[in-house]
Amino acid sequence: MTGSRSGSLPRYILQRVLLVIPMIWVILTLVFIVLRVAPGDPVSAALGGKLNDEALDQRREALGFNDPLIQQYWDYLTSVARLDFGTTFSDNQTVLHVVRDNGGATLSLTLAAFLIALLVGIPLGLVAGRYRDTFPDVAIRIFGILSYAAPIFFVGFLLQAYVAKPLGLPTSGSAGVETVYYMERDGLNRTHILLFDVFLSGNSYYIEDALKHLLLPAVTLGLLICGVFIRLVRVNILQTMQSDYVEAAEARGIAQGRVTRRHAFRNALVPVITVIGLQFALLLGGAVLTESTFNWPGLGQKLVEYINDRDYVAVQGIVTIFAIAVVLISLLVDIVNALIDPRVRY
Amino acid sequence: MSFATSNEPTLEPSSEPVISARDVRVWYGTTRGAIRAVDGVSFDIAPGETLGLVGESGCGKSTLGRGLMGLLPPGAKRDGEVWYDGKDVLSMRAKDSYRLRGTDLGMIFQEPLTRLNPLLRISAHFEETIKQHEPGLSKQQVRQRALDALRQMGIPPTRYRSYPHEFSGGMRQRLMIALALVLQPAFIVADEPTTALDVLVEAQIVQILNDLRRNFRTSLLLITHNVGIVAEACDRVAVMYAGRIVEEGRVSDVFENPQHPYTRELLRSTISLRTTGLNFIPGSPPDLVDPPDGCRFHPRCPDAMAVCATRNPINIERPTGGRVECWQVGPRDQIPSGGTRPLKQEELAVADEA
Repeated sequence: MTGSRSGSLPRYILQRVLLVIPMIWVILTLVFIVLRVAPGDPVSAALGGKLNDEALDQRREALGFNDPLIQQYWDYLTSVARLDFGTTFSDNQTVLHVVRDNGGATLSLTLAAFLIALLVGIPLGLVAGRYRDTFPDVAIRIFGILSYAAPIFFVGFLLQAYVAKPLGLPTSGSAGVETVYYMERDGLNRTHILLFDVFLSGNSYYIEDALKHLLLPAVTLGLLICGVFIRLVRVNILQTMQSDYVEAAEARGIAQGRVTRRHAFRNALVPVITVIGLQFALLLGGAVLTESTFNWPGLGQKLVEYINDRDYVAVQGIVTIFAIAVVLISLLVDIVNALIDPRVRY
Repeated sequence: MSFATSNEPTLEPSSEPVISARDVRVWYGTTRGAIRAVDGVSFDIAPGETLGLVGESGCGKSTLGRGLMGLLPPGAKRDGEVWYDGKDVLSMRAKDSYRLRGTDLGMIFQEPLTRLNPLLRISAHFEETIKQHEPGLSKQQVRQRALDALRQMGIPPTRYRSYPHEFSGGMRQRLMIALALVLQPAFIVADEPTTALDVLVEAQIVQILNDLRRNFRTSLLLITHNVGIVAEACDRVAVMYAGRIVEEGRVSDVFENPQHPYTRELLRSTISLRTTGLNFIPGSPPDLVDPPDGCRFHPRCPDAMAVCATRNPINIERPTGGRVECWQVGPRDQIPSGGTRPLKQEELAVADEA
């Protein structure tokens, strides 16, 4: 980026990173307010009826719910800054621990689903857009609509019933019992993200086992956003193929294939990156259904459990972490966007 | 409806034309029928000559320019002949016509702001263009060629690695011209190159175009609706109406002594310092799916005669050189008896409705 008068990339990235701090502050404040506005207090919601009033009040005092609001707010902010997201009521674990043990499963599921959606969605969208109104285009469009419209549990059941058996694929959990047991026994769970751990262990049996478990849930979740990508890429291709700079490139006699690749495809993918960021936030939510269908030990499933237990501290902690994850993903997306599109750097 | 005659071109007797269009037709298929955007157009352009193509919006000027370049959208069909270097460009295979584009036939567009790929540096635009047509050149040679072309357009080499959005509109148009010139094509279609620019930049671009033909003997087809630019930058002018060239000749000649009523009205509606009242031509160009019978201008023509509504005018030589298509000019002996009486207003209204 030297020698050009384009906005400097390092400066843009620095600005963007600094912007994360106020964004997270706003989110924390929102989470704090929403949880205080909810009727009743967390202690009586979770434990009311199980303990007598005195015991409840002791708990409230211990957790600081009797402090003035501003004090509670300050305590919350400082504890989050220390990466302390509290301890759950229902099973007395630190939220960070819950996130570490279950977040990894959600992360690997979401990333794999994304990968599948990108690998399937973008090429199909490119083909559909490039060969508009031909048979492939129509077929791809129908596929896109179906994959987007079909409910996750329905697709999940179909895959479990008709694909899993013939291919000998597992339909539940993120790894076989043996893998989980031996990984833990041999101290191989270094990152607490099973998918990463099996690759770090280098043991091909574990890797194969984990990938087999991952395949169907990832395809199920991936198909959902794959439809979004197909439609988005197709529309963008149609637009860029008719853009003025594509015509100008043709007028300079640039070969057709080159014009399509370099001017139409590349430019069509820029808005897709932005949408990837938005879809990621959506996926964190959408993972809940997939996790239930495939009994996937992820954070979504855990979150549902805590909501049923009215465990406010756990919910507050997990929501906070989800929100921070979304902020960080959008930071990443913005940086990638700036790398590709020079106009963003201003 | 068919045209028995096509416009016959005026030629400088001394020089072989660089490009000759013969009876070029372009039509777009729509659900209502074919839009005949260009309907039998012929002209020649000599080396170093600039032909101005003027007319209202929607009369087929830009379509003609794109048709010559083979840049028509899918669904458009073209017919006729465009001779360049002994070959008919229109009947060429797509591959050959790509090879011709950029190296022999160049194009400058109306909107310089959107014609450069926003994600690619200026250098990438040049490198891709030069390498496409001259793959043998070294990196250094490519760079030198590009920098030379930029320098001619007054853009410093320090801007070579910039992105398009870092340039102003006028600079981007000069970039587009530099990109078109870097391969030194013999013929350039300039489609409203100054329309999107302010007057000062417009003057600058007109100057650049003027220099082009002087320095490189580049032939230009300058498409514009600005009569003033034609007066400044062109040798000859062709006036287009509803897909036809209705009058064509030397600029000074046509402007001082317009033969076709459309040319006359077009010149009258031009605004200058001496303008005291605004003139305009009532109505709008006809629907090209179903153009009016006879002369296509007759529903709007102040001089229309009875014959104009029924018979196509014949392409004849102008008294002072050039060609014109109008019954007012002649040939008188071809007009059936009673054909010269003025067309009445109610007949006009009916024709307009049709």
